[in-house]
Amino acid sequence: MNYISIKNNQTILLKDIPESNYESFYDMIIELVQGHIARHCVNYFGYRVGNNVKLICGIADDSTHEILVSTCLVNKAHELESFSAQLLCFEKFEREIHENFGINFIDHPWLKPVRYAFNRDDKSQTIANYPFFSIDSEELHEVGVGPIHAGIIEPGHFRFICNGEQILHLEIQLGYQHRGIEQLFIEKKKLAQRATLAEDIAGDTVVGHGTTFAHVWESLSGFEATNDIEFSRTLAQELERIAIHVSDMSGACTDIAYQLGNVVFGRLRTPIINFLQEWTGNRLAKGLIRPGRNKFPFTLALGERLSQVLDIFEPEFNEMAEKLFKLPSVLSRFEHTGIVSNADAISIGAVGMTARMTNLNRDIRSSHPYSMYQELNHLPVLKRHGDVYSRIQIRREEIAQSLAYIRKLISDIPLQASTVPELKTPAPDSFCLSLVEGWRGEICHCALTDKKGELMVYKIKDPSFHNWLALALSVRNNEISDFPICNKSFNFSYSGHDL
Amino acid sequence: MLDNLKIVFHQGKQYIPNVRKAVVPGIFRGRPVISLQKVNEAELIDMCPTDAILGNPVRIDLGKCTFCGECAMRFPEKITFTKDYKLATNVPERLIITEGTDQPVEIDPELVRNEIHRVLGRSMKLRQISAGGDNSCEMELNAANNVQFDMSRFGIDFVASPRHADGIVITGPITKNMAEAVQICYDATPEPKIIVLVGTDAISGGLFKDSQAIDRNFLDKYPVDLYIPGNPAHPLTIVNGLLDLTRKLK
Repeated sequence: MNYISIKNNQTILLKDIPESNYESFYDMIIELVQGHIARHCVNYFGYRVGNNVKLICGIADDSTHEILVSTCLVNKAHELESFSAQLLCFEKFEREIHENFGINFIDHPWLKPVRYAFNRDDKSQTIANYPFFSIDSEELHEVGVGPIHAGIIEPGHFRFICNGEQILHLEIQLGYQHRGIEQLFIEKKKLAQRATLAEDIAGDTVVGHGTTFAHVWESLSGFEATNDIEFSRTLAQELERIAIHVSDMSGACTDIAYQLGNVVFGRLRTPIINFLQEWTGNRLAKGLIRPGRNKFPFTLALGERLSQVLDIFEPEFNEMAEKLFKLPSVLSRFEHTGIVSNADAISIGAVGMTARMTNLNRDIRSSHPYSMYQELNHLPVLKRHGDVYSRIQIRREEIAQSLAYIRKLISDIPLQASTVPELKTPAPDSFCLSLVEGWRGEICHCALTDKKGELMVYKIKDPSFHNWLALALSVRNNEISDFPICNKSFNFSYSGHDL
Repeated sequence: MLDNLKIVFHQGKQYIPNVRKAVVPGIFRGRPVISLQKVNEAELIDMCPTDAILGNPVRIDLGKCTFCGECAMRFPEKITFTKDYKLATNVPERLIITEGTDQPVEIDPELVRNEIHRVLGRSMKLRQISAGGDNSCEMELNAANNVQFDMSRFGIDFVASPRHADGIVITGPITKNMAEAVQICYDATPEPKIIVLVGTDAISGGLFKDSQAIDRNFLDKYPVDLYIPGNPAHPLTIVNGLLDLTRKLK
C-alpha cells in the first residue's frame, strides 16, 4: 500500500507522501474505503504542478486514529476512471477537481459544476445556466426556489421535481457565495489576515474554522500550544455548539409554526453569545482564535460568570425542550420526516451530526482527538432513525453534553502560561492536515508550503461540502411543505461550501 | 396549557425596554477612540489586517475595520474601543474616526432623502440579500427581530419578496455569482427604495476587496442610504441605525 499514515495535525515533508500512478492510486483508494465503515475520505483535491495536476487524498481511519495520505500526478489530456462510480462519497470531490482543472472522469454519474469558482477551468460555464436534471412529463412539475430565499439566510438554488405535493427529486445548486477564499489565503501574507479569513469561512462556525487554521499553522511552525490556549479553544468550541444548536432548535420550531419554542429557544442563544462577547468582545467570538497565542485569557472571574450564566440557561432550556418533545403536534411533524438511511449516509460519506443521526459514528472529537477532548473522554451522541426528530434530539443531547464539558473545564481553569514559545515561520516543502469537529461536523484544512516556507496551497473542506447531498436525499417522497423543516434540521453552510 | 404558562412565567420579560440607551455587557468593541499620543505610526498602520488604519493624522475607517482589536492590544495608549454601538451613518466620511476626537457617529439628517422620513418614517419593510455574507451578519439581522431586540415594535420588518419591500439590505462583499441576483432584486423593489449595507464586507469588501470572485459594480450605480459597520454588526447597531435613518431626530 502506497500511502503514509499520519496523525491529526501532523506536519510531514511533501516528498514523504508516496506517489503512485493513477491506476494503482485508484485501486488503493477503492480498496481502502470500500466496505470499511471506519474509513472515509476527509479531503481529496488537486493543485497545479506545471502542466500537470497533483492529486492528494486523505482517508481518515477512525479505528486506528490515523489519516492515510497518498498522491498521484495526472494530466488533463487523459481521462480518468472515476471513484464515484463505485464510491459515491467521492462525487463532490471529483466534481471539484473537474471544475478547477478540467480533468474528465469518464464514468462519473453527474460531472456538474460545484461552485463556479472564479479560477475554474471552463469559463464558458456560468452560474445562470447550470445543467439541471429536467423532466418531460404531463403529470410532474418543477419548483425553483432561490438563489435569494424568503428569510434572512444565505443564497442557494433548489430545484424540485414534484408529483403534486410530493417531492420526487431535489437538486441543489450552490456557488453564489463563492468569494475565492482559498486563493486569498495564499495572496494575503499577514498572519492576522489569514486568521481573520479563517473566521470568515463560515460566520456560524467562527471558532471551528479559526481553530482548524490555528492548528495547521502551529503544526507547520512546530509550535506546541500551551494548556491555556487549548483550554480557550475547547471551551469556545463547546459554547459555539450550544449557541448554534439552540438557535437551530428555534428555527425548527419556526418551520412547524410552534411559536413558543421558536421564541424561547431563539432568545436562549443570547446569554451564550453575550457571554462570548463578555469574554472576547464579539458575540460570535470573532477575533478570539489566533495561532500561537491566547488572545483573551480565560480568568477565574470569567469562569464564575459563565457558571452563573449556565445555571440560569440550563433549567430554562430543559423546561422548553421537555415541553417540545412531549407535544403530539410537534412530534407528528418531526417523526418520520426527512429520513436519511444509514446505508445512504455511508454511501455519500456523511460526517458529523448528519452521520451520527443515522447511527454512523463519526466524530473527530473521539476518533482523532485534539485540544482537550482526549481528557474529556468524549463519547459521540448517536441516533438511529435519521429523521428530523433524530436531528433535533441530537442537538438537545449535545447541548446537555457540552454543558457538562464546560462545567468540567471551568472547574479547573489553567493559569496563563508565563512564557509562550515564539511562533516561527512555517517549515518549507511541507504538508499538514488538520481535523476539527465543528458543530456541523468534521472540518478539514490542508496546507502545502513551498521551498521558502510560504503557503502554496490552502484547501478548506467544510462538513457541508459532502453533507448537502443528505438534504437532497432526505426530502424524497416527502411533501414539499416539509422542505423547510428538513433544511433547517440540517442547517448546512452555504459560504462554507462555496468558499 | 399550564406548562405553557409556566414557561412564559419563567422566561419573564425579555425585551430591551430602551434600545436607544441599552448597555452592552462585557468588553464589546464598538466605536474606537484614538488619542493624540505619539506611537510608531508605520507599525500601527502595517499591523491592521484590512488596511483600516490611515496615517497623518491617525484615523480608523470603520467601513474597513473588522473590530479584531489587535491595534488596541498592541497600542493601548493610542487606541481604545468604547462600548458605543451606535456606528451607523449615511455619510461614508463619518465612518472615519480621527485621532483626538471623541464624537459619536451620526446620521446627517440634511442628506436623508425627504421621502424616507415621509414614507418610511413609521413602517418600513426590508428585503435582505446575502451576497457572499458569511452568515454572521445574517444571524445578527435575525437577532434584531428576536424577542429581545424586537425591531418589529418600530414597524421595521424583513419581508419575503422585493415586491413588498421598501428597500434592500445587503450583507457580504457581493460575489460575481450573486451580482445579477442583487440587481434583479433591486429592480423588483418599488420606489421609493433604500439601500442599506450591513457589515464590513458589504461596506468596503473587507478582506475580499481584491478577490477576483467579487463584483461590486452594483454599488457604483446607486446611492447607499445607510452604512452599518461591524463584523458582524451588533443588533443594537442595526436597530439604532435604521431608526436614526427613518425617524426625524428631535
